[in-house]
Amino acid sequence: MQGYIYPNEFELRWSLLIVLYPYLTGLVAGAFILASLARVFNVKEVEPTYRLALLTALAFLIVAPLPLLAHLGHPERSYEIFLTPNRKSAMAMFGFVYAWYLMVVLLLEIWFDYRRDFVLRARESTGLRKWFYYALTLGSTDLSDRALGFDDKAGRWITIIGIPSAFLLHGYVGFIFGSVKANPWWSSVLMPVVFLFSAIVSGIALVLIIYIVATLFRGKKVDMGCADKLATFLFYAMVVDFSLEMLDFIHRLYESEESIEILSQLIEGRLFVSLIVLQMVLGTLVPLISLGVVSPALSWRGTRKVPAEVRRLIYLGCALLVQVGIFSIRWNVVIGGQLFSKSLRGLTVYKAELLGVEGLLMAGTFVVLPFIILGLLVKIMPPWAEDELPAPTEA
Amino acid sequence: MVSPANGRDRESRATFETVDRRDFLWEALKASLGVPIALGVVRVPELCGMQEESDAGAERIYGMGIDIRKCIGCGRCAQACKNENDVPDEPYFFNTWVERYVIRGDGEVVVDSPNGGIDGFPPIAEEGGTLRTFFVPKLCNHCEEAPCVQVCPVGATFVTADGTVLVDEEYCIGCGYCVQACPYGARWFDPEKHVARKCTFCYHRLAKGKVPACVEVCPTSARLFGEVGHRANPLARFLRFNEIQVLKPHLNTKPKVFYANLDGEVR
Repeated sequence: MQGYIYPNEFELRWSLLIVLYPYLTGLVAGAFILASLARVFNVKEVEPTYRLALLTALAFLIVAPLPLLAHLGHPERSYEIFLTPNRKSAMAMFGFVYAWYLMVVLLLEIWFDYRRDFVLRARESTGLRKWFYYALTLGSTDLSDRALGFDDKAGRWITIIGIPSAFLLHGYVGFIFGSVKANPWWSSVLMPVVFLFSAIVSGIALVLIIYIVATLFRGKKVDMGCADKLATFLFYAMVVDFSLEMLDFIHRLYESEESIEILSQLIEGRLFVSLIVLQMVLGTLVPLISLGVVSPALSWRGTRKVPAEVRRLIYLGCALLVQVGIFSIRWNVVIGGQLFSKSLRGLTVYKAELLGVEGLLMAGTFVVLPFIILGLLVKIMPPWAEDELPAPTEA
Repeated sequence: MVSPANGRDRESRATFETVDRRDFLWEALKASLGVPIALGVVRVPELCGMQEESDAGAERIYGMGIDIRKCIGCGRCAQACKNENDVPDEPYFFNTWVERYVIRGDGEVVVDSPNGGIDGFPPIAEEGGTLRTFFVPKLCNHCEEAPCVQVCPVGATFVTADGTVLVDEEYCIGCGYCVQACPYGARWFDPEKHVARKCTFCYHRLAKGKVPACVEVCPTSARLFGEVGHRANPLARFLRFNEIQVLKPHLNTKPKVFYANLDGEVR
């Protein structure tokens, strides 16, 4: 502790688990936006990652509310947020935004996209497996051209609805923080926008990682056209994200409101490692420069010609660094916003515990869990091109 | 997968284009704003975070007056509150606490509140010289536009008809958003009940016609309790004969804890 803090501020109310929540939903929104690039904007190169991105979004969306639930003082009362939402509260919308995104957008889109596969798999399997896939078709087994055409059209429209929904999902999380006028570190109109772009950055980077690692493990060749395109989009999204963050930073510095002194102390002291070193230098500048040099973002074939194997490694390294950077952003917002007193006269400390409901172990579990779920989803619904099932012999 | 364009598609597109695009957008905009408001799904005052019910019909609105010059920093109020309201003894759970401000000759401001002021304050260090020094009792401001009430996702935090901000402990889900939203650090999280807690103006005592415990024990009458806008009561007199300030007025929370002789350094 340093300076004076209100006595009740000694304990941070929002812990590591609340850091995880915006991190996880950000990945969901980002992965979905990447998928929409292939589906709606017809970016042919990223098509190999289309289904993978959707499944990634689903796996992370399933886990996203768990840290929130674990953090509640009374998780058994959480359903009240659906039954008696306080319409004035920014947080009350949460359940509805989440349900909308899960039910209307993601599940529907995946179902329309995979319906043909479900039907074909049900036809070629036997026993339990057959019934399992048959259940997934929801009884809709028509594979005529007209039916498949409808699937395609519906999927497209859902993606079109999905893009603003993804924006809503994560912009809304930003609003929950940005609208707290009591907290000068959070209270910013830019917060939802910054959240959104950092979400896109993290989602693209995550799919890039999963795509490269999974392809290597499967002993296949990474489609460099796809990896290059992903890296290019990652670069563009990072430029926008970084610009927005700089704008926020410069704006605060220039306005120099009464909170500037304590916030400067916060950045120079408590947040130095997580904000300057991890978020700015390692999480943003290093990958930004590397991608700018290696990827075809700035000039066709990249500013420097690098062999595909090396390029792939650099992409992987950059994407991993980006994940560190984005996690740091969430940390700096959630934890950073509680490290200084609202009296603006002092700083407190946060020590994450190892065990316990809010501990590191629990947080680690919530990070690993989506990958396990993704593994299962990939088993049930292979997203890879070579697993594409041949057209049915009889309609 | 190609969608077969059929005749019906073309036909519907043709009818669609006969509607003027500008008119269509304008109508759509009107409908998207108008329908939810007309149906009562969205209410304009709520969108602006304003209180739904006006206080005009209320019999009384409670408030507190605190005279900084009268506070001697004895901390009895903080102790009485802990006893009265079963607040845990740990030095980081308080419904009310007393801060000491020391403003030095060089302009440096030193604030402390060891154990909320319950055990008294250590001697002031001499170096630098002391320009001004005073005590500031703090508590929930029972704001008219309370941010904590606005953010509570389930409505467990609410305003009573007499303007007191309370928490329904049977209903609070323990998300902690209200703790974040309070600009005054007046809320804390009960480690045993796992709900948000705060000053209630000793609502259980008010119901019996008594004043809050902190007011009752104050030896110098630095704290006054009464009805805002009522003609004959100590609070009305206090508000009439003092220059009054509230904490963090720029946040527009409209506190109902009123300070007399408050220093500009107090936040």
